[in-house]
Amino acid sequence: MQLYEMTALALQKVIKEKQASIPEVVQSQLKRIESTDPKIGAYISTFPEEAMAEAQKQQKILEAGGTLPLLGGLPIAIKDNICTKDMLTTCASKMLYNFCPPYDATVISKLKEAGAIIVGKTNMDEFAMGSSTEHSAFHLTKNPWDTSRVPGGSSGGSAAAVAASLAPLALGSDTGGSIRQPAAFCGVVGLKPTYGTVSRYGLIAYASSLDQIGPFAKDVTDCALLYSVISGPDPKDSTSVMPKPFNQKANLEGNVKGLKIGLAKEYLANGLSFANRQALAKAQAILTEAGAEFVEVSLPLTQYNVPVYYIISCAEASSNLGRYDGIKYGFRAENAESLKDLYEKTRSQGFGAEVQRRILLGTYVLSSGYYDAYYKKALQVRTLVCQDFAAAFTKCNMLLAPTTPNSPWQFGEKSANPVDMYLEDIFTVSTNIAGLPGISVPVAQDETGLPVGLQLIGPAFGEENLFKAAYVLEQKGDRLGLLPRL
Amino acid sequence: MRVSLEELAYVAKLAHLALPEDAAAQNKLLDEMESIINLANQLALANTENVAPTAHVLPLENVWRKDEVKNSLTTEQLLQNAPAQVANCFKVPAAITNANEEEKF
Repeated sequence: MQLYEMTALALQKVIKEKQASIPEVVQSQLKRIESTDPKIGAYISTFPEEAMAEAQKQQKILEAGGTLPLLGGLPIAIKDNICTKDMLTTCASKMLYNFCPPYDATVISKLKEAGAIIVGKTNMDEFAMGSSTEHSAFHLTKNPWDTSRVPGGSSGGSAAAVAASLAPLALGSDTGGSIRQPAAFCGVVGLKPTYGTVSRYGLIAYASSLDQIGPFAKDVTDCALLYSVISGPDPKDSTSVMPKPFNQKANLEGNVKGLKIGLAKEYLANGLSFANRQALAKAQAILTEAGAEFVEVSLPLTQYNVPVYYIISCAEASSNLGRYDGIKYGFRAENAESLKDLYEKTRSQGFGAEVQRRILLGTYVLSSGYYDAYYKKALQVRTLVCQDFAAAFTKCNMLLAPTTPNSPWQFGEKSANPVDMYLEDIFTVSTNIAGLPGISVPVAQDETGLPVGLQLIGPAFGEENLFKAAYVLEQKGDRLGLLPRL
Repeated sequence: MRVSLEELAYVAKLAHLALPEDAAAQNKLLDEMESIINLANQLALANTENVAPTAHVLPLENVWRKDEVKNSLTTEQLLQNAPAQVANCFKVPAAITNANEEEKF
C-alpha cells in the first residue's frame, strides 16, 4: 500500500515507528495530487511548498526527541469556503476569485495547533449552493468511482479528494446535506455535527442557522479523530455550544448492545432507489446482529423538509450575501457610474446563476406581502420538524436513514430544472433544520458498483452513539478499505 | 404561481442584482422561480395554527469572554484585499452626488 492510500491512523503509526518520515508522507501525497487530480478536479488550489516546509519543520521536532500533536504530519484538504490565512479562499466564486483572508478560521487554527498539514483547498458549488459541485465557477469535480458522474455537493471536492486518495482527511461544510451527500456518493465517511459544536468563525456564511463545518475521512475512526480536534466551544462564535468534550476513543468497539434505532416509515416511501432499500435492509440486519433493537417511528412532516429548507436557506443567504459589494475585497466590476451601479454590476457579474437565483428567491420570501406566507410559515413548520424528531427520540437513541434517494447522477442530468436537484436533498435537510448530528457511512453498492452510503441521525450532542453504530456498519458492510481504480 | 416580470424586477432591485436583458433569459428565470415557488407553496398544506416560529434551534445564551487587550488586524491586512484604495481607505465611486439623480427606495 502506498503512503497516500493510507488512513490517518495508519499514517500516524508509520510516522511513529519511523517507517517513513513526515516529508516522505507529504511528498507522497503531493505527487499523488500532481498525477491524479487532473483526472478528478478535487482541488482549486494546492500549497506544495508550504506543506513541505511544515513537514520538514515537524520532522526536525520529531528527530530532536519531541512528540507530535494529535494530527502531526497528516495531510488535510480544506473546503474553499473556510478561511485560511494568506491562502486563497474563493468559495468557488468569481466574486472571491482573488480573496486571501488575513485570518484563520477557528477550525484552521485548531488544525494547525494539532499539526495537520494543509495541502490544498477543495472545489465546491459556488457559496456551497448545490448538490453536485457543478455550480463551481471554476471547474467540474468528477466522482472517483465513475468520472462521468457527479461527486455530490456542495463539498464535492473534499469528498472526492478523500475517495481518490488525494488527502486522508478533509473538512467540508453542511447546510442541507453538503457533507453527507457527497460522502455517500464518493464512498467515504462524512459527519455533519450538532449545530454549535464546531465553530463557524471563518466559515464563509451561506445560511447561518443551518451551516456547520464537519469532517470527511476514509473510515469512521479517522472521522472521529478529526471531529475530536475541530469541535469545542469558541468565544469567537456566539452560537458555539458543547456541553462536554467529545470522547473519541470510548466508542469504537463494535458494540451496539442495548441501542434502540428508529426507522421512519416516511423515509421508506416512494422515490427511494432499489439499491438504497437493499442497503437499508442490510444495515438493519448488521446492527440487529450486533445487538441493536429496531423500532418504527414516524416523521410525518418529511414531505415539507425540502420547501422549508429552501425558504429558510435562501432567506438567510440573501441577507448573508448582501456583503459582496465590490468594496472591501473580492471582485469589483469595471465602468460603474455610481455606487449603486457598482453594487449591481459587481453582484450581477460576480455571482453565478444558481447563487443569483437563491438570492432572488430569498429576497422574495422576505419581501413585504410574502414574509408571512413563506418565511414565517417555514419557521413555524421548522418548529414542528423539531418536535417530530424530539418525539421520535423518546422511542430510540438514533435513526437509520438513507443519505440520498438515488445514486450519483451524470453531469448535466439534473440541470434543466433547479427543483429536480433540490428534491434529491430530502433525507439530509431535516437534520440541519433541527440542528441535529448526522453521519453518512458507506455500506453497500448499487447495481453498477457505485457506493451507497447510509445515514445515522442522532439527538443533539449524540455524536458518540452515532460513531459507535457507524463503526459497526463500516466493519460489517461491503465497502471497508475499497479504493477506486484511477 | 408565476411571479410577474415587474415583481421580479422589484426583488432584483432590492437585492442589487441586474435582470438579464433579453426576453428569453428573463422568461427562463421566471420559469425557474415559478417551479421553486410552487415547491414552497406546498407548505400552505401544513397546519401551523398557534405554532411559534423557530429561527434558531439552540437555546442560546450570551457568550462572554475576558476583557483583555488583544492584537487586532492591521490597516495593511484589512486593506490587502481591497479592489481599490487610497490613503489607507477603501476607494469607492461617489456615494452622494446630485440629490436629484439619487434613486429613492
